[in-house]
Amino acid sequence: MSLTADDVNKIAHLARLGIDHQDVESYAKDLSGILDLMTQMSELNTDNVEPMAHPMDQAQRLRADVVTEPDNREKFQAIAPQVEAGLYLVPKVIE
Amino acid sequence: MHTKTLIELAQGLRSKEFSSVELTQTFLDRIQKHQHLNAYITVTEAVALHNAQAADTRLANGTAGLLTGIPIAQKDIFCTLDVKTTCGSKMLDNFSAPYNATVVEKFNQAGAVMLGKLNMDEFAMGSSNETSYYGAVKNPWNINSVPGGSSGGSAAAVAARLAVCATGTDTGGSIRQPAALCGITGLKPTYGRVSRYGMIAYASSLDQGGPMARSAEEAAIMLQTMAGFDEKDSTSVDLPVPDYCAGLNNSLAGLKIGLPKEFFGEGLNSDVAATLETAINEYRKLGAEIKEISMPNLKLAIPAYYVIAPAECSANLSRFDGVRYGYRCANPVDLADLYTRSRGEGFGKEVKRRILMGTYALSTGYYDAYYLKAQKIRRLISEDFKQALTEVDVIMGPVTPTTAFGIGEKMSNPIEMYLSDIYTIAINLAGVPALSIPAGFVAGMPVGLQIIGNYFAEDRLLNIAHQYQQVTDWHLHTPKGFE
Repeated sequence: MSLTADDVNKIAHLARLGIDHQDVESYAKDLSGILDLMTQMSELNTDNVEPMAHPMDQAQRLRADVVTEPDNREKFQAIAPQVEAGLYLVPKVIE
Repeated sequence: MHTKTLIELAQGLRSKEFSSVELTQTFLDRIQKHQHLNAYITVTEAVALHNAQAADTRLANGTAGLLTGIPIAQKDIFCTLDVKTTCGSKMLDNFSAPYNATVVEKFNQAGAVMLGKLNMDEFAMGSSNETSYYGAVKNPWNINSVPGGSSGGSAAAVAARLAVCATGTDTGGSIRQPAALCGITGLKPTYGRVSRYGMIAYASSLDQGGPMARSAEEAAIMLQTMAGFDEKDSTSVDLPVPDYCAGLNNSLAGLKIGLPKEFFGEGLNSDVAATLETAINEYRKLGAEIKEISMPNLKLAIPAYYVIAPAECSANLSRFDGVRYGYRCANPVDLADLYTRSRGEGFGKEVKRRILMGTYALSTGYYDAYYLKAQKIRRLISEDFKQALTEVDVIMGPVTPTTAFGIGEKMSNPIEMYLSDIYTIAINLAGVPALSIPAGFVAGMPVGLQIIGNYFAEDRLLNIAHQYQQVTDWHLHTPKGFE
């Protein structure tokens, strides 16, 4: 299994991850090598095996729907790159 | 003062041989003197001295515990209120956490004095501490060697006595491997034993925080403070916490130790193998029975891990978007540009590699072949451990195939770096606890012995490690220049 530079650009787009032009080839090479390593998995028949998502096979714990957190908006927004009137600012999305 | 054990220091504080302020100042001076190791990202000198003073008050009025006034350090993956928390990344270079991680909160309540935040591989992704935005950490046993990773700063700091003990986190070996390479004791608890709240996530179904110290006894004291149910962590396990020090002196007579033949085959350096054999013989003398076992699916742990961990990482790290906190690129032209460039400029190469790998493995058309397949293999590996632990009480083996490798040696070949985690990764997939203890030296560099136990058997593991440390002194060696 080998990935092309094109594949890497597509994956990077899916992840909204900027990668330097000159690094694309080396990512393609590294990822292809990692995928080769993963093909070892196909050696093993896993037809009737239940996938394991969690070491304890635990179900999500639920809690009562009550307010437990105080309002921390100001504190959390103090570390944001750009805020105004309690809102996070990003470049204009709708013209 | 810095060569004393945690228990000796606790006694010294009580007998007024020295105060916590004096002890803290001693460690702060040592951090300053040995800053070339690059073990710390942030030193919190003023807060440390302030808290040491508070600890001295507690010691005087009789409300102190064992850790009160003891200088410790936190891996920079744990959020610390109003203190820079970087996770070893440029992405969080400007991030001051708005709350404390539960682990940090627990140490604060115990009165431990935080000296600062320890260097680590970026977002805990690495096995050498070379992926840190703040530069590589040096191994105190040989400054041209890596300390291991990702908790490399923690291991180097404890080995060089720049903190009495430290926290670490372990997703695929990140506590045990640096502990082994730096000659200290490091425990990865059972998944769910220690709260992950405020511990910046890498791969949430594998991540687990744990203690890093010189001895098993010190690790037991730390774990006592760290462990326990936390409703703020949805995967925290609600089971009572045993007294981890109570059983340390239990006899090992009749202990059944399994040695998986898959752990001692090709790839293990012969000098490391010989060192481990001597250590295992020591256990024979302590009354243990040794049995060879087989865990046939272990060989697939690396490929399964490098699907599951990057998949979870690609999801977890999507939160770093340049909008709410962390790095934002300059002059974004639109929202897509803001996301793409903030992430592109904020993350280092290894983190990007894993985000790409995980995104690919989860993308349409590949999910079944990679992610689902890896989860099935995870089940088989976990069954291997469950089966083995019905035949034997604990499993022993190497932590690393070799002693610490040179700085720069493996950075150009990510796969070779991944393969160095061959003996530690399967444990995280299964979720069982495991620790590394110093078991000797090869050419002056420390070798670790790994001991793996059943779910929630941390007390047993610590007992087994402690008994070995009563008949050996590997854990008391200090690297030259740091005595």
